Amino acid sequence: MLLTKEQALARSAHSVGGPNETFVLNLGPQHPATHGVLRVKLTMDGEFIQRAEPVCGYIHRMHEKMGENRTCAQFLPNTSRLDYLSAMQYTHAWCGIVEKACKIEVPERAEYIRVITSELNRIASHLVGWGAWVMDLGGFTPILYAFDDREKILDLMEHICGARLTFCYYRFGGVVNDVDEHFLNGAREFVPYMRERMRMYKKLVTENIILRKRIEGIGIITPDQCRRYGACGPVLRGSGINYDVRRAEPYSIYNRFDYEIPVYHECDSMARYLVRMDEIEQSLRIVEQALATIPEGPFVNPKVPKVLKVPAGDYTFATEAGRGRFMVRLVSDGSDTPYRVKLRTPCLANLSLFEETSAGMLLPDALAHMGSLDLVIPDIDR
Amino acid sequence: MSAVIEFLGQEPYWSFVRLALFLGGVAAFVGLNAAYLVWVERKTAAYVQRRPGPMEVGPQGLIQPIADAVKLLSKQVLVPPGVDGVLFRIAPVLIMTPAMMCFVALPYGSALVPADIDLGLLALFAFASINVMALMLGAWSSRNKFAIISAARVVSQNIAYEIPMLLTIVTIVLMSGSLNLSEIVGKQSGWFWNWNIFQLHHNPLVWLSFLTFYICMLAETNRAPFDMAESESELVAGAFTEYAGMSFGVFFMAEYANIVVGCSLATVLFFGGWNIGLGPLLGSAPAWVGALVGLAAFFAKLYALIFTVIWIRWTFPRTQFYGLLNLSWKILIPVALVTLWLTSFLLKVI
Repeated sequence: MLLTKEQALARSAHSVGGPNETFVLNLGPQHPATHGVLRVKLTMDGEFIQRAEPVCGYIHRMHEKMGENRTCAQFLPNTSRLDYLSAMQYTHAWCGIVEKACKIEVPERAEYIRVITSELNRIASHLVGWGAWVMDLGGFTPILYAFDDREKILDLMEHICGARLTFCYYRFGGVVNDVDEHFLNGAREFVPYMRERMRMYKKLVTENIILRKRIEGIGIITPDQCRRYGACGPVLRGSGINYDVRRAEPYSIYNRFDYEIPVYHECDSMARYLVRMDEIEQSLRIVEQALATIPEGPFVNPKVPKVLKVPAGDYTFATEAGRGRFMVRLVSDGSDTPYRVKLRTPCLANLSLFEETSAGMLLPDALAHMGSLDLVIPDIDR
Repeated sequence: MSAVIEFLGQEPYWSFVRLALFLGGVAAFVGLNAAYLVWVERKTAAYVQRRPGPMEVGPQGLIQPIADAVKLLSKQVLVPPGVDGVLFRIAPVLIMTPAMMCFVALPYGSALVPADIDLGLLALFAFASINVMALMLGAWSSRNKFAIISAARVVSQNIAYEIPMLLTIVTIVLMSGSLNLSEIVGKQSGWFWNWNIFQLHHNPLVWLSFLTFYICMLAETNRAPFDMAESESELVAGAFTEYAGMSFGVFFMAEYANIVVGCSLATVLFFGGWNIGLGPLLGSAPAWVGALVGLAAFFAKLYALIFTVIWIRWTFPRTQFYGLLNLSWKILIPVALVTLWLTSFLLKVI
């Protein structure tokens, strides 16, 4: 239907709110800065945001419900599709909870492989988040460099499990394939390579005056806000709270390695940026140590039954994914399929911060702030 | 045939023929530059980002710009319902025409000055500042919220950056003593230390002047890191959000045309225009050799500056809007004023 000019004018006058002089700007569901189908309803006063209301659910896929009418093994590939950038840690959580419930032992070598692949996955995830964020800030080149480095990790992953993004490599009681010399040597070569690259990124991007001006002091998230909204991951650690699931509730064999949890107290976007950059360095340290000490032995527990029935009970298990604490809660009534599956994802908690913290911000600052939360939209909607 | 040539060679006809030739030449020059600077930009971006860039259409993707132009031309010019139809259609024309008019006033070589205007510099700036209004009209008339935000930004950005730019220009005019672009170039002939950029005894801060001019030029042409008009990761496509097909293409061409104008002006004002900087060595060469060498020198300097513009775009992130205004009002304008004061003082004393 074509509008007459008067109708169109009346409509635009109405949309700018008449005497209140505010207007509603729909950021998304198709917008370059939201990186997916996230919609944020912005009430704007000029270029200042009065209220930013995230509208979720555009790619809700009923993962929790799917978990309740499939067996545990059938649900395993679903977990790698929540946060597609942290597939390893997500499948780790699902394997971990089933192993905990069914009391399945995981062989030593499998735990080492899990740590190595999870940390490589974390590096790849942070690289994508970093590149996409700098692209939001208008710098196009870093994302291509980041993807170049990530490509090396993906090639290694593809070699061991066939997938390049939604890895489904972990199994109950181990991993699906053993790693070979090609993978181990590739990972050994990757560590010094990536350290060299990180030095370059520090010089080229982190110390860039324009970037610093864009994100320093922007998007302050207080520790109190973090607690109220249940923020996690680099967002939480950028607000000065030293919480990392790998330390706080150690799983797998993370307590055997020597690494630090980077924490910054500035609470701004730059702090979150630095946390991620430091985490890449720390992940490299973990990978290096794990590669040096990986034992020989079986890569999967041969005694895992073909048909798994989770004993009745209520279980939880959490892992530290690239974006923060991913927790699964599984309630079983002893049948083939779980009675209830609850997936607690980090991005939903981090997004819920956005409404409160972005009030009064300028639009470009708010988008820089949103980039610092490093959202993966399928992880929000599940 | 020879009679026709003889007839056209007489005044006043010759002036018209000359004008027509130059206008045709300028149109071709702008079109070619806009098309092939896109190619250069894409190739440079590809080189910076370690990928091959356009490779499919023609060797090294050389025919890609023509394919792009054909694609844009074959698309419908969509006029969404509710827009101000007249302004929406007229905005691309309004942005392209002044950009092309600027080319008429530029001196490309000693024998290639389309229009030798005594107030050439002033005329150039008069044309160049229409650019903002056209962008604003296009954005305003498309009745898109993203476009309107972008229009508001463009206006304040351009007002902020015209001031230091004009102050710098006044400094150069004081140094050269003329508003005629050919004369400004003529003053810089001979050895390269006659170029304005090396005239440190007139203006010890001339390097700062050049830097100010260059930054302002980037901001005036809405290029990264000051591309507030487009800022595609925030405002979708900013002022051009509702434009499709060739009407978008014209905005795109105008952006490159403005870059060429800005860089030509930098060449003329600071780097001696068509002077190669080794004038006395060429003294005995025939006139046409001198003219050709001059033209080559002009284009070499021009494209070096344009390459820097492209290089900057693919290296830096976008500035924040208030950062941009702070830079202009708190740094560039004071610097330009101090330079102007110092230059006039030195000129008076020495």
